[in-house]
Amino acid sequence: MNYQWNWSIFLQPTVVGDTTYLGWMFAGLQMTLMLSLSAWVIALLLGAVVGVLRTVPNKLLSGLATAYVELFRNIPLLVQLFIWYFVMPELVPQSLGDAYKQSHPVLQQFLAAMVCLALFTSARVAEQVRSGINSLPRGQKNAGLALGFTLPQVYRHVLLPMAFRLIMPPLTSEFLNIFKNSAVCSTIGLLELAAQGRQLVDYTAQPYESFIAVTVAYVAINVVVMTLMKKLEDKVRVPGYMGGK
Amino acid sequence: MVYEFDWSSIPGALPILWDGMAVSLEITLIAIVVGIVWGTLLAMMRLSSIKPLSLFAAGYVNLFRAIPLVMVLLWFFLIVPRFIADLFGLPPNTDLRLASAMIGFALFESAYYSEIIRAGIQSVPKGQMAACQALGMTYGQAMRLVILPQAFRNMVPLLLTQAIILFQDTSLVYVSALADFFGAAYKVGDRDGRLVELLLFAGLVYFVLCFAASMLVKHLQKKYQPA
Repeated sequence: MNYQWNWSIFLQPTVVGDTTYLGWMFAGLQMTLMLSLSAWVIALLLGAVVGVLRTVPNKLLSGLATAYVELFRNIPLLVQLFIWYFVMPELVPQSLGDAYKQSHPVLQQFLAAMVCLALFTSARVAEQVRSGINSLPRGQKNAGLALGFTLPQVYRHVLLPMAFRLIMPPLTSEFLNIFKNSAVCSTIGLLELAAQGRQLVDYTAQPYESFIAVTVAYVAINVVVMTLMKKLEDKVRVPGYMGGK
Repeated sequence: MVYEFDWSSIPGALPILWDGMAVSLEITLIAIVVGIVWGTLLAMMRLSSIKPLSLFAAGYVNLFRAIPLVMVLLWFFLIVPRFIADLFGLPPNTDLRLASAMIGFALFESAYYSEIIRAGIQSVPKGQMAACQALGMTYGQAMRLVILPQAFRNMVPLLLTQAIILFQDTSLVYVSALADFFGAAYKVGDRDGRLVELLLFAGLVYFVLCFAASMLVKHLQKKYQPA
């Protein structure tokens, strides 16, 4: 094998001359982080709402929430992304669609990617929230009601604080997933980490270095998130439950 | 103006779409078989008392679970074929890319299967292994005849759910230009200028298949729930 390793390629200015190849990598990393974190915030809020709705006594509301979860769980992420990016702008009212199409291309890609990742992940978060709520003893809800709380108050002060503490480990893995899933967004041309890796291969003719660097970056994200979440998990763990203190 | 749907390009494209679906199902099947066989071996290595083996399995599983499937597919589509061609001095026109992408997909999914199988093996009470050894069975015999059959029975619902996820994952081979169902739908939509209809149609087909499969899994789970 006569491959010429050249790690210093990352310090060379790019062909376009805007920055170094390392600069491209960092731009990609930044995009991946921004996309994943903003989508995660939405997913967490939306997932909490849908998860709660799945457990309420009202049949209509819980039915709608179930339909939401099933819809987003049974269509591949890539298909959902293409629907958000290519289909939705055609189906929304024309003024909105036009405004979208006239905005900056990167903004278009980012918005489609963020909404897609957020809704996709929210369905998964909702499932965890529901199982967290369902795993609580029924007495908790009844005790809350007996004390004169309204049902929304019971959720807010009794059920949700406990449920969220119980579902921290599965939420961590969903959080890790959102970073990995964000790589799918390279398919619509969003220049996040995976897309930058591909671009580096094309421009530098140093495929091994480029891909190794991007892979290491993903592993690093994984390790950092896991370490931080482990700290948080330890902090909020409920004594007396499996894995509790 | 409201968007005017025109579904007329779908009926004529059904043969292409069907071929694409056949590719998707083929990849799914190969990945499930490889995933379960290689995943079982990985799980056994991980639980083995031989340190290098368990370290290798742990490293393999953690690495594949830390990187996105898209990256794995790109590795196996762009880099690995080049590496193999360089290594063995193959003529530059040998196209290993598709086979390589398929292998990459299967290796990736094996990591997830191995975690399910490991949990399944660990769910079998320890006394079973002790009993096997007391009866004079070797480790291999005990695994094959006693532990794994019980472990797999416990795992069936999880393995099937993972199969549904895997089927959805196959759409990502789009990045490697394998003509699966989604790739075919996109190509037809792009060709006829009917991307909206074809993408919605693809979404609907995936939804119906995956939803039906997940209902079936739930049904089986209820029916065969261990008492």
